[in-house]
Parts: sequence; structure tokens; C-alpha cells
Amino acid sequence: MSQGHGHGHDEHAPIRHDGHSSPLARRARALEALLTEKGVLTPADIRSAIDALVSRTPADGAKLVARAWVDPAFKARLLADPKAAAAELGIDLTSYARLGVVENTDKVHHVVVCTLCSCYPRMLLGPPPAWYKSLNYRARTVADPRGVMREFGLELPPKVEVRVLDSTADMRYLVLPRRPPGTEHVSEAELRSLVTRDSMIGVSNPQPERAHV
Amino acid sequence: MRFREGDRVRVRADDRAGHVRTPAYIRGKSGWVAAAHGEFRNPESLAYGDEGLPKQPLYLVGFRQTDVWPRYPGRPTDTLYVDVYEHWLSPEEGSA
Repeated sequence: MSQGHGHGHDEHAPIRHDGHSSPLARRARALEALLTEKGVLTPADIRSAIDALVSRTPADGAKLVARAWVDPAFKARLLADPKAAAAELGIDLTSYARLGVVENTDKVHHVVVCTLCSCYPRMLLGPPPAWYKSLNYRARTVADPRGVMREFGLELPPKVEVRVLDSTADMRYLVLPRRPPGTEHVSEAELRSLVTRDSMIGVSNPQPERAHV
Repeated sequence: MRFREGDRVRVRADDRAGHVRTPAYIRGKSGWVAAAHGEFRNPESLAYGDEGLPKQPLYLVGFRQTDVWPRYPGRPTDTLYVDVYEHWLSPEEGSA
């Protein structure tokens, strides 16, 4: 991710507080100790639940997007019932929050934010990037989405309706980005590699060829 | 479900403490019901160890950005969509 747009810095910031002294961390540890002591959970259960949460990556989201680009019938099913469509590709989302998939077109461009916390389609993208959780992104995306996208290198034409989705409650949203021009003969597997995490949040569009850094 | 897709609604202007899922910046603003998501346990009590019952209908509510932010810097056709629980919505004056 580029360092030029003002969001990327936190990802490499050193950890200055280890969290052990915060009241929330102490409460979490107390709960964990109680649940273990009462035999509700084992430390291994907790470990594997955390592993499952962080092992998700944007690859699953990209798989859905690439299939939707090459198969219009699949795209229709994905927009109508995302979990059922994901299951067709072997992605089991039954235990996760409700999911909505929204399609970017030449008329409408969606961008996702959670102003209240950091709700995010983790089941398809993995843990959110640090900038997604930042106050800066959360406050500015709802009030000046075009300005925020400009910082990510995306300048949308005035005629495109910018539609911000603030996922405040029980729904998570994944953006189905537009297929890049000039990729008509590119295979589904290659298309997958063009689908970036940021394009599924809506702050950028997939590029025909991934820029080499 | 009290509202249907297309209904004009206004978000209550209440100032409430706790685990509230209605962001302050849309309170008092008017928009329209874009979709009904179904019923969910109420996070305002669920967050405090309660059952979150009765369940609350949840709607996707659309707003014109220029109705939310008087000095919105984008285009007048830009929109904002927020998920809002039914008890935060009232019918917009003058709507059917």
C-alpha cells in the first residue's frame, strides 16, 4: 500500500502499549479465566477461534468477485443471496453475520465504512486494515467520500453517484468492483489476482495489471 | 414491520447513552427505506447481557448527502445508506 495517501502509516507503527493494563484487557482476561475455570471453554478453543478469525484473507472475496465477472448468472445469485452463492464455491459463511454484496457500475460507486466501530466483512476479507479502523477514515468517508477516495488514487466522474454504506448494525457489506477494461480474455484465475482488498471496500478500483512495487 | 421499501422516514433526534447503533450524524435527518433486512436482537440491550428481545426490525435507510451535510463537498446526487433499527425511525411528516 502506498504511503502517500495518509492512511498507511499505522500498519507499521510500533506497539507502544501492550494493553495489559487497560480495563478492557483486564476484563477480557478475567472472563477468559472464568470460562476456562468453569469448563465452558478450553484455552485451545479460544486459540482456534482466534486462528479462524485471523486466517481469513481477501482471497475468498476475490474468488467470489472473479466468478461474478465471468458468470452473469452467478453474479445475479451473489447479489441476491451472497451466502448461498459463496457456498457454491466452497466458502462456508453460515456462522457469520448477515452479508450484503453491492455492485459498482458506471453509474453507482459504493464505498463501505463503519462509523461506530470497525464492522467489516471479515468472513471474506480477513481482519480489517488499520486505516479502516482509524477515526480519520471513519469520520471523513461519510462526509467527504470523494475526497477520501482521491487519496487512494481514485477520482470518480461527477456523473457517478457515490453511495456510502455505513455498516452500523447486523449487516456486513462487500463491494463487487467493476471488471477492469481490457480483461475480456483474462482467465478467471488471473482475474482473481486483480481483485484487491481495497477494491472490495470500495476505496479503489481494480487495475488491469497489478502495479509492481 | 412498520415500514416498507420507499417509505419516507425521519431518524429520531434522541440523545441516548450506551451501546447505540444509530450514529449521531444522522439523528433528526430524513431519508427513505431502501430495504428491510428482517428482525434482529436489539443490540442496545443485548450488549449488556440481556436477551435483546423483542427483536427489532432493521432497515437500510438512504439519505441524500446534501440532506445530511449542508456543506457536502461532493455531488448533489451522492447518497449515504445506514442500517437503522425501527425504534429509531418515525414516519416523515406528509408522507403517505
